[in-house]
Amino acid sequence: MDPLLIFIQGLNGLQLGVMLFLMAAGLTLVFGVMNLINLAHGSLYMMGAYLAATVQQRTGSFLLAVLLAIPLTTMLGMLVEVTALRRLYKRDHLDQVLATFALILFFNELVRIVWGPQAYFMAVPELFSGYFSILPGVSYPIFRLVIIGVGLAVALLLYLIVSRTRLGMLIRAGATNREMVGALGVNIQLLYTVVFGLGAALAGLAGIMAGPILSVEVGMGESIIILTFVVIVIGGIGSIRGALIASMLVGLADTFGRVLLPPALASMVIYVLMAGVLCWRPQGLFPAYG
Amino acid sequence: MRRRFVVLAAVLLLGWGASAHGAEQLKVGYIATMSGPAASLGTDILDGFKLGIKHCGDQLGGLPVELVVGDDQLKPDVGVQVASRMMEKDKVDIVTGIVFSNVMMAVAGPITDAGLFLISGNAGPSPLAGEGCLPNFFAVSWQNDQTHEAMGKYLQDQGVKTLYLMAPNYQAGKDGLAGVKRYFKGEIVGEVYTKINQPDYAAELTQLRAAKPEAVFVFYPGGMGINFVKQYAQSGLKEEIPLYTTAFTLDQSVLQAMGDAALGLKNSSFWSPDLKNPANEKFVADFKATYQRIPSLFAAQGYDAALLIDSAVRAVNGDLKDQDKLREAFRKADFQSVRGEFKFNHNHFPIQDFYIREVVENEDGVLTNKLLGVAFEDHADAYAAQCPMK
Repeated sequence: MDPLLIFIQGLNGLQLGVMLFLMAAGLTLVFGVMNLINLAHGSLYMMGAYLAATVQQRTGSFLLAVLLAIPLTTMLGMLVEVTALRRLYKRDHLDQVLATFALILFFNELVRIVWGPQAYFMAVPELFSGYFSILPGVSYPIFRLVIIGVGLAVALLLYLIVSRTRLGMLIRAGATNREMVGALGVNIQLLYTVVFGLGAALAGLAGIMAGPILSVEVGMGESIIILTFVVIVIGGIGSIRGALIASMLVGLADTFGRVLLPPALASMVIYVLMAGVLCWRPQGLFPAYG
Repeated sequence: MRRRFVVLAAVLLLGWGASAHGAEQLKVGYIATMSGPAASLGTDILDGFKLGIKHCGDQLGGLPVELVVGDDQLKPDVGVQVASRMMEKDKVDIVTGIVFSNVMMAVAGPITDAGLFLISGNAGPSPLAGEGCLPNFFAVSWQNDQTHEAMGKYLQDQGVKTLYLMAPNYQAGKDGLAGVKRYFKGEIVGEVYTKINQPDYAAELTQLRAAKPEAVFVFYPGGMGINFVKQYAQSGLKEEIPLYTTAFTLDQSVLQAMGDAALGLKNSSFWSPDLKNPANEKFVADFKATYQRIPSLFAAQGYDAALLIDSAVRAVNGDLKDQDKLREAFRKADFQSVRGEFKFNHNHFPIQDFYIREVVENEDGVLTNKLLGVAFEDHADAYAAQCPMK
């Protein structure tokens, strides 16, 4: 394989990694801070894509779609947290899996009722619809570069929030020792709602960025949620830094696996990677707990 | 809780018991994938089937129809459960529907063994066309390979020298590419199988571009097709290397979700909404009026399934007891198909024409397919010779 091809496949891997990071960051926060396994994280991703696609179709503006869909998904996430998930924190992980799986079915059916069973269209925004010439004759879609840029910007922003703000301090404290944070008089319930809303916003953003390149359809969240769980297990539950590095690893491993290996082996690559990491470091690469 | 369940079960059973004592009627069991991402296929076939019943005077073969609908959830084991429930509890006379080949392979045996007729509205797996052909099984759709063979023939006729192939890594994907290769004799410069339901193809498209083929053929049904076609256009490849596929990738039900990315793409099919014959013009116009959308090829298959059943039941005057007579009536296929001429081969799969279509925007700004030309006339499937039925 010539170096240019390796470079472009590297970009492809990076872009997949960035998408996974947007999903994994929210999931790992919710899992780490609230100790909640949320299978329905993919449903928020789907809702983000559908809401953005609808706004874009009605107004023709991608910017407006982003500006409306993110707060809507955030509110939806908070609503789900307040009405349904709040009752599950004290319960067994298996109960949480069952309940959030039910939420997946609920959201899929809801989307089918509101938007119909057929897939929905979302266009690449006009401004980013061209190609960027890396070298003469070698081009890369601008929108995919935008995805990489957005993902890395979000990573930086999250890093600043978690390490520099009071909210970030509470998140870190919550991930390390939940009871102690509550005992110190922090309104844990509010913190949980805010963290869940943040996770929902990130999932919604991932859905919005995925909408133009993927089919916006019922069940689109399920195909990404499994990879996302692999990422947070590799990265260490509750760790944003772990999620970032693990999602890049998974994105690159999956991309190069698909290019270099036969299909049966290629689909195993990331699971082999996960098994390898777990053997070496059972807590993941950067565990948030102690 | 349990008490409530028992009461509920009793009520349901009573309900079934009561309905079994109706006037003489035709009970049709419709089994298809009605939930999950592939649900729109099952719904489309059913919509077409219902319109067919309506056009036959809200009857089939002169008998009032009771339609029992079951969801196989795209799981063979669930399909078998639904089928046995329909046979034992609902006592259906005929079964139709069945979108996916894996479900078909599971239910075809039990249904035909019980002496019922099974009319496939979609799936046409090769085992049932060849050695494993069944006297009580009829496919009103096609044999899986046929549509792909038509595109293989077209590419060969166009003088394409080098072709790159892609499909999901499962039976229908491999059958599809085998169908293309049966008629395309040029050089295959790449044959890539991707994981089923893979959403992103950036890595594969980069490899494809590096291979510099003259043309690309892919088989990606449903949501996979939407992803692939959008990404193919977004990568800029659409202007560089022409993409060819079958109607399953560029079906009416997915075109609007692809947008301009689909415009101008060529695909093969046994049918097209603009096919000129009276039966089709009536079907398309009434389908649009009833469901406010252009019918897909799946809806066309469902419609033909209803008309086929109508013709056979009518020919035997509603006497469903004599299986041999009914089978002969089915074999005649004496109905006005939306595809024009239609006849069954000795293996109970159709011998039919195949066309090349192109995606265009119609006067209402809706994406749809337009006929370009004929790829095959009276095309029989490749497995019929292995079928022992005469």
